[in-house]
Parts: sequence; C-alpha cells; structure tokens
Amino acid sequence: MSAPLLEARQLRRHFPVPGRLFRPSTQTVKAVDGVDLHVARSETLGLVGESGCGKSTLGRMLVRLDRPTAGELFFEGENIGDLDETALKPVRRKVQMVFQNPYASLNPRQTLGDTICEPLVVHRVGTPESRRKRALELLDIVGLQPEHYARYPHQLSGGQRQRIGIARALALEPRLIVCDEPVSALDVSIQSQILNLLTDLQGRFGLSYVFISHDLRVVEHIADRVAVMYLGRIVEEAPVATLFARPLHPYTQALISAIPLADPARPTPEVILEGGVPNPIDPPRGCHFHPRCPLAEDRCRVETPDLVGTQEHKVRCWVVNRELASSS
Amino acid sequence: MADAALPSTARSTPESRLRHVVRGTLAGWPARISLLILALALACALAPEWIAPRDGYAQDLALRLLPPAWSEKGVAGYWLGTDQLGRDTLSRIVEGTRITLLVSLFAVLVSGLAGVAAGLAAGFYGGKIDAVILRLIDIQLAFPLILLVIAVVAVVGPSLTNLVLVMGLSGWPRFARIVRGSVLTVRHLEFVDAARAIGASRGRVMALHILPNILSAIIVYASFEVARMILLEATLSFLGLGVQPPTPTWGGMISDGRKYLNQSWAVSLSPGIAIALVILAINIFGDALRDALDPQLDERL
Repeated sequence: MSAPLLEARQLRRHFPVPGRLFRPSTQTVKAVDGVDLHVARSETLGLVGESGCGKSTLGRMLVRLDRPTAGELFFEGENIGDLDETALKPVRRKVQMVFQNPYASLNPRQTLGDTICEPLVVHRVGTPESRRKRALELLDIVGLQPEHYARYPHQLSGGQRQRIGIARALALEPRLIVCDEPVSALDVSIQSQILNLLTDLQGRFGLSYVFISHDLRVVEHIADRVAVMYLGRIVEEAPVATLFARPLHPYTQALISAIPLADPARPTPEVILEGGVPNPIDPPRGCHFHPRCPLAEDRCRVETPDLVGTQEHKVRCWVVNRELASSS
Repeated sequence: MADAALPSTARSTPESRLRHVVRGTLAGWPARISLLILALALACALAPEWIAPRDGYAQDLALRLLPPAWSEKGVAGYWLGTDQLGRDTLSRIVEGTRITLLVSLFAVLVSGLAGVAAGLAAGFYGGKIDAVILRLIDIQLAFPLILLVIAVVAVVGPSLTNLVLVMGLSGWPRFARIVRGSVLTVRHLEFVDAARAIGASRGRVMALHILPNILSAIIVYASFEVARMILLEATLSFLGLGVQPPTPTWGGMISDGRKYLNQSWAVSLSPGIAIALVILAINIFGDALRDALDPQLDERL
C-alpha cells in the first residue's frame, strides 16, 4: 500500500476553559484527544459521532483552520501540523473544505462568480478572463447555470448554495476535500443530489474525502471506511461494509441499531443508550464510554483501552478485544 | 461545458455595480430631496460669495437683532433678520457652511478611519490586542473631552487642523466599539473560515469579507456622528477653543444668539434649522445608500 495522502498521528486539540477573575484557567476541554487516522488517494473516510464529540474540530484541524495542540499531521508526507500561514499556502491549494451551513458559508456581499474565482485570485492563477471561464466551467460541473455567475447567495436555494461551496472547493483542483456535514442542513431530497454530485466528482477528479456526519445512512452511502468518534477519541474504525455488518464497539452497535427504518415489523433497537454524553471538561476516567456501556467492567473504569485490532478493523474496547483474542 | 459565448448576465463589472448602487440610492423621494439639500449645502460651502445675499461680516449696529423679513418689524433684504452686531443671519449661515461642514466631515473621517481600524483589529485578532484596544477606548471615553481640548489647544494653538484632529480623537472609541461588536458577530461565520481555508491573507479577509458585511452599521453611525461633530464644534467655539470669531459657524451662531433669545428668536433658531436639515439629509441619504449597498434588499420594490 502506498503512503497515505493524509495521515494524523496522535492529533490533539485542547481548549482552555476560561478562568475567572484573578484565577487563571486550569481546566481544558480535550475536544480531540489523540486521534490517529489516514486517508488514501481517491478514498472516502467517513467520520461519525454525536454532536460535541469533536468531529468538526478534527475536520478543522485537518484543513489547518485550527492548529493542533499536539500530534503530527502529514499531507503527502509533509508534516503540516506546525506550519505557519505562509508555509501553508501551497498546502491550501490541495486541501479544501466544504462547510456545513450553506446559508453562512457564502459571503452575502459577493457575487457567486467572485466567490468561485476567489481561490484563483488568492493563488494568482490565470487572468481575470481565464478565471471567469474557469468559474463558468465549475458552475457547469456542479450542475448550475452560467446565469448564476452574477447572482448573489440569497437568490439561491440551500442545495444550490452548497453546490457553490463545492465549486469553490474544487476551483484549485485539490486532492483532498474535508466535508463537514455538507448535507445535514439540506432537505432529504436535496441531500441525495449533493451526495451523488460528490461521488461523481470523486470519480472524475480522483478526489479523497473526509466526510464528517452524524447521519449513519449518509456515511454508509458515501464512505469507503468509517471511523466512529466518541468524546474526542476514535472508538472503532473499519471498512464501511464490515462496520455496518459486524459493529464491534458497543457504542457503534448502539448507533447502528438507532438508525430509523421505515419498517413497522422491525423490532425495537436491541441496544438503547442511557444517559447523555459526559461533560468533556471532566470526562470519565478509563474508557470514556463506560458510564453508558452495557459491557463495562471494573477495568474500563480505570484504564483507557487502545485502538487495536487488524489493519482493517480496529476497536477501542477491553471487553471486545479480549473476546476477539480468545476466540481466534 | 460553458463555452466562450458568455451570457450578458454573467457580467459584474465595477461600473455597472456603481451605477446600480447610485440608481438604488436615488430610487426614493426622501433620498432625492436629501441629495438636493446636500447639494445646496455643498454649493454654499464651495461658493458662498455667489449665494450669500449680503456680506456676512458687515456690521450695521443700527439694524441689530432684526426679526425675519416677513414679520412686522422685519426689514426687506435681511431675510432671516440680523444678529447682535447687525450682521445678516442668512448670509452668515451661507458663509458658515464651509467651515462647519469641513470641520464636521473631516472630524468624522478622522475618527471613522481610526475607529474602524482599531475596531477591526480588536475584533479580528482578539486576545491581547483586543484587551489593549478596549482599555484604550475606556481611557479615551473616561477622559473629559473639554479638558483634552484645552490641553491640546494650549500646547499647539487653535488651528483648524488641530480642531479636526482633536474632534476626531473624541469620536474614535465609539466607532471602534461598534465595529468591534459587528466584527465579532461576522468573524465566526463560515464564509470567513472558507476564505481562510482558501489561503486568503488576513488583510484580504478583513477588507473583502468582514468590512463589506459590517459597512451598513458604519454608514449609519457615521451619519449620526456628523451631527454630533457639528454640535461639538459649537461647544468648542462657545468656549473659545474652536473656530475663532468673526468667522461664522453654525454651532457658533447658535451659542452667540443664545444670549439674545428673548429679543430675537431667529438668531439661534435659523442656524439650528440649517443643522437639522443637513443632518436629516445625511441620515436619510446614509440609510438609502446602505440599502442600495445591500444586495439582499435588491428585490424590494
């Protein structure tokens, strides 16, 4: 297997909790707490988890909108985790992002043409005339019409705006696009159009995606591999078919059994999680999941399990890994 | 594939955008009347000698404190009456336009530039820079303005440039506060992140993504500030720190006439009406301009 396009090693992002007057901050929120992941060329990595599990923070670090507190981030073999803005500029051509909220991700004062051209202007690509041609070409690629060039964002629907966001991300012909919940703000009928567009573009331009979502059905549809996050850590990672057919981690099992299905004959989910996500300022000791875990035993409350398993399928759970080891 | 034959809608040249804004601004009657008032004020400022019916400096002690020409005791030719030295009020209003507008507009310009720059920096960079600028704002707001002006005038003398600078200094913290607040609401929107992800420099993000989206607040506030500056100039002139007599300014005329209100109301009221009209015109025009600059309001009839 060739070197991965993007690789994160023990990536962390901690936010200080604001201190009070005369009492400096001592606590931190470990939004991302030691994440290892890799993305191969032309691959889609799905990143799923509940709200607040740190998946968006992780995504922002991967495109270096945020600087990692610790850990290493390699893109095409180069450590980009520590680069400053000047040194990052060439990387920014190759790593782009599609944002969650199409109503906030476009500048309301810019025409859509200017929005799409901006990456080219910033990186001094082409002349004004060639940039305009490129923007019209991109409009066509994402399924919009040339007359959208002179329009403003408020004149478009949510789905059309998200297409503009995709066109902007495509303008510099990137290798990797981090999609942060790109369809969660859209109607279901529009969601599938955008997902199909993303799949088409991947085949056409050999793109890699990191696809962040809380919707497992969407991830099942688009991802090649899936990483499940819980409270800043990846708890399970596997190819999409394996994960959905044989989820190992109790959290993944609960997520998958909670997918609503339009089938009245289907029994109620076998695993229902109790309680809520713990406070990330003060996460549980040991395995973060143990307060809600049906399998939890004494060791889980004290020691943190590692993400271990085969190259293909890794899981962060004492109980599951012990059973796997004894059965093989 | 889109080919080279571009439809006409795919053009957004700067000229057409400018024309669009101008047309949008002047769409309503209030804005047109405002523009007329502002044009008249501008004409008075540029060529008072052609517009003023008399010499605004000429005194005639026999005709002190005349009421306006249409009242019983009015004298034809002195349309708005005369002041305590027998100078024609209308001519003095016309003569005073230049200094009044010059001082107030430049003072707003100075305080606007300084305040917008400080507010942008504070809101955008945050952290220590924000803390320092906020403290500077507090210091400036807490410092008695009159004392500051007296100190400055005592040191450098009462010139027009100094007056503009000192008045500008008094206004920047308010601009900075407003701009900082607006920047904070815009800074975390996704399109700012998107611009950063593209690799846009901080200057570009501020100038093209943040500033245009907070411009409406600045325009509206600046139109209020012009009014405040005209009155501030009057205050300073009253204390002898502003424009020196006999040069007429609107604010100065109000404070001069104040002492003779029981003998002639017109001396104070006439320049007051001039101030009110110009400020109203600036406010209405500023409003119309803000609406025309906002593409989201284009569809409104």
